[in-house]
Amino acid sequence: MTADLVVVGAGVVGAASAYFASLAGVRVVVVDRGAIAGGTSSAGEGNLLVSDKEAGPELDLALYSQRVWREELAEHAHLWEFEAKGGLVVAASEQSVASLRALAVQQRQGGVEVRDVTRTELRDYEPHLSPELVGGAFYPQDAQVQPMLVAAHLLRLARERGAQVRTRTEVTGFLRDGTRVTGVRTTDGDIPAGAVLNASGTWAGDLADLAGVRVPVLPRRGFVLVTQPMPPRTIRHKVYAAEYVGDVASSDAALQTSPVVEGTAGGTILIGASRERVGFDRTVSGTAIGTLAAKAIALFPILREVRAMRTYLGFRPYCPDHLPVIGPDPRAPDLWHACGHEGAGVGLSAGTGRLIAQAFVGERPDLDLTPFAPDRFGDAEEVLR
Amino acid sequence: MPHVPDVAVVGAGPAGLAAAVQAAEAGLGVALIDTAGQPGGQYWRHYDENHARPNDPAGHHGWPAFTRLRDRMYALRAAGRIRYLPGHQAWLITREESGAFTLQMTATTAAAGGTDRTLSARALILCPGGYDRQLPLPGWDLPGVMTAGGVQALLKGHRTPAGRRVVVAGTGPFLLPVATGLARAGVTVAAVVEANGTLGWLRHPVGAISAPGKGVEALQYAALMARHRIPYRTRTVIREILGTDRVEAVRIARVDRDGRPAGPDEEMAADVVALGWGFTPSLELPLMLGAETAQDVDGSLVVTVDDRQRSSVEGLYVAGEATGVGGAALAVHEGRLSALALAAELGRPADPAAMRRLRRAVRRGRRFAAAMHRTYPVPRAWPQWLSETTPVCRCEEVSYGDLRRAHDDLGAEDARTLKMFARPGMGWCQGRVCGFATAGIAACLHGRETTPEDLRSLATRSLAVPVPLGELAALAEGTTPAEATGTEWRGRDGD
Repeated sequence: MTADLVVVGAGVVGAASAYFASLAGVRVVVVDRGAIAGGTSSAGEGNLLVSDKEAGPELDLALYSQRVWREELAEHAHLWEFEAKGGLVVAASEQSVASLRALAVQQRQGGVEVRDVTRTELRDYEPHLSPELVGGAFYPQDAQVQPMLVAAHLLRLARERGAQVRTRTEVTGFLRDGTRVTGVRTTDGDIPAGAVLNASGTWAGDLADLAGVRVPVLPRRGFVLVTQPMPPRTIRHKVYAAEYVGDVASSDAALQTSPVVEGTAGGTILIGASRERVGFDRTVSGTAIGTLAAKAIALFPILREVRAMRTYLGFRPYCPDHLPVIGPDPRAPDLWHACGHEGAGVGLSAGTGRLIAQAFVGERPDLDLTPFAPDRFGDAEEVLR
Repeated sequence: MPHVPDVAVVGAGPAGLAAAVQAAEAGLGVALIDTAGQPGGQYWRHYDENHARPNDPAGHHGWPAFTRLRDRMYALRAAGRIRYLPGHQAWLITREESGAFTLQMTATTAAAGGTDRTLSARALILCPGGYDRQLPLPGWDLPGVMTAGGVQALLKGHRTPAGRRVVVAGTGPFLLPVATGLARAGVTVAAVVEANGTLGWLRHPVGAISAPGKGVEALQYAALMARHRIPYRTRTVIREILGTDRVEAVRIARVDRDGRPAGPDEEMAADVVALGWGFTPSLELPLMLGAETAQDVDGSLVVTVDDRQRSSVEGLYVAGEATGVGGAALAVHEGRLSALALAAELGRPADPAAMRRLRRAVRRGRRFAAAMHRTYPVPRAWPQWLSETTPVCRCEEVSYGDLRRAHDDLGAEDARTLKMFARPGMGWCQGRVCGFATAGIAACLHGRETTPEDLRSLATRSLAVPVPLGELAALAEGTTPAEATGTEWRGRDGD
């Protein structure tokens, strides 16, 4: 089959791009060197968050994605356990509460719904919260999905519209016509195509290298702890401490942990989030998971006796300015990128996929892609490579 | 006893007990960690030593070998050369920059103490043993269905027969001691239902010559089976376990070599079904440390070791079932060999002639084990016994139909992806029960053979057992949970 577009990467971002492109009549081939959702898509918590984002292009993309999840994808929401659970940000000091309020003012202007929560109201949201917390903010738009099922079902739906999915097929190089990209070379033969989309997540920098362009995506490791199944509604929302937002925006290489606690449809409770830049080291860090446990207990003292069943780790695809890379690459015509979403890839995947499809068929995208331009990185970022 | 022992031996079954004793006698400082309250492992499981009766060893193989090892271990402990930690489960092992291993432990049995939480050692000998391999089949989730090993453990460890009329089914020679043990305890064994041919390993020249003692053992079991009039149904499997609230009967049928039904069904009454399809080695600890693994003749994932029981990880030795299911005698040889090899590595006197003898014994034992595995394979076509509604993962209530849909509709082509999409192995037991089966189903659904990668994705456990978050919190360096509680959260603007 001749493809209009080869999507490299069968994670959530690649799947959403393939789905919306197929919907627009584009003939798509998805290739992945591993399995569907085998990378970072299977190593997160499935967050669709607006609460942790300050006003700016990422928040705009998050709000746009919210609309896509809730409107364009509404009929499929049950397939991936979409749950509009809401997010509760909690603070342990009056000073933290004050900065929460200040952020809320700014976020509301950007279109985020925020409810101020007083100390006494906290317990109405989460009965098991530590009594030492003094206030918080509730974000009803925050939601959760099961990200592996998102990728799998979007690819299934794309296949129903003619797309082809080829797993265990690794891209080894690009077919070129001058600077123009005309397909990919793979371990399973060449695939000529009108264009290629780099949706290879944390490994997107390596793929870009194969095309001779630089996209500075780096791994930022995170652990998640999973507890034994608990009774329904033990923890009702996504609950996190105010410090989380600071950690997300930080570029520090050292370990940062901020407690993020939430229940799942399966009854287990997920505890995140740690961040550290240690390359692709897969060794379990006792310090990281121990700190996560300690901080989760500080939020919810009942967790002390609850057992952790497992922990998993993943590598967020992170760019130096914490913004994803979305759109065509002028340095290599017909090479497109949709990568570098850091810890927000699941939430941002729906919007990213739709925008890519719109731009690819020549429509004006619903959101301006300029802030996400692939060639925006100057030489200053070389240091970080 | 040095502060940091030369070696931590994990597991006090045949391999671990032999390794600990041999290492201590070679002059190494040894810590011996075991989940049980008393030594012996699964193989030499026995009633509480404080209330022993003369008859307890009945039906035990190699009991004198055990009591000798146990007495030496207790003597070495009394001499301060073995630190014995019963009732401790290692749940996380990490590597220090110095190369030392650090074990995080949690208590298993209150009676045994289990008060130590961390332990460091320069080297590790892991002897985690194994447990009954299970295959799902319709009705296997009914009360009254047990593992063959579970039935045996009740009998040996608690002097309790599991039921009144038992069907023992699956494959392999282990079904025989379970059946004869039950019969000796006065239980009616309705039948031993064996999927493969009769005692074929006696006719397997390489294997039988390798371990002549085993042939005698088999004849003894055959005699006991005859004495208790236990029907032995070969090339037969249970097609379905029947009952409303608990087991009432089984439906059995003849099968061909690959396990495809080849005869009419027949019903047989029973109140307990004991199932055993060989054994699955416990690999979470070696996998946690990154040890290389491969698929053994019996289809199990096992740790790859060299002729000194060394794994691919420096300082990590593995002995017993984790390197290939082969029984207690082989495990003892491997345990001893690993200890001597480590002693030699650390510059202690280790008799080279003894090591050569042990290496020969291990090679002989492996050949015999391989012959047994070839004679008693898990039938290739076993997934065909499943119906759409048969539960595969009982923790997460995942049926065969759920797995089939995850493959057919969603493109789960391997065990890991199957787990991601349909949740088998994600529950309380973390895939211990359904892991082998799920890997086999993943392969079968995709029309290929099971790969080590399929098995690894269900055998890898980031935490060896579920552990209270409060104990995990203590890992945070320089942070006690109490200190962490007082953390002053930064406001987000200050960052």
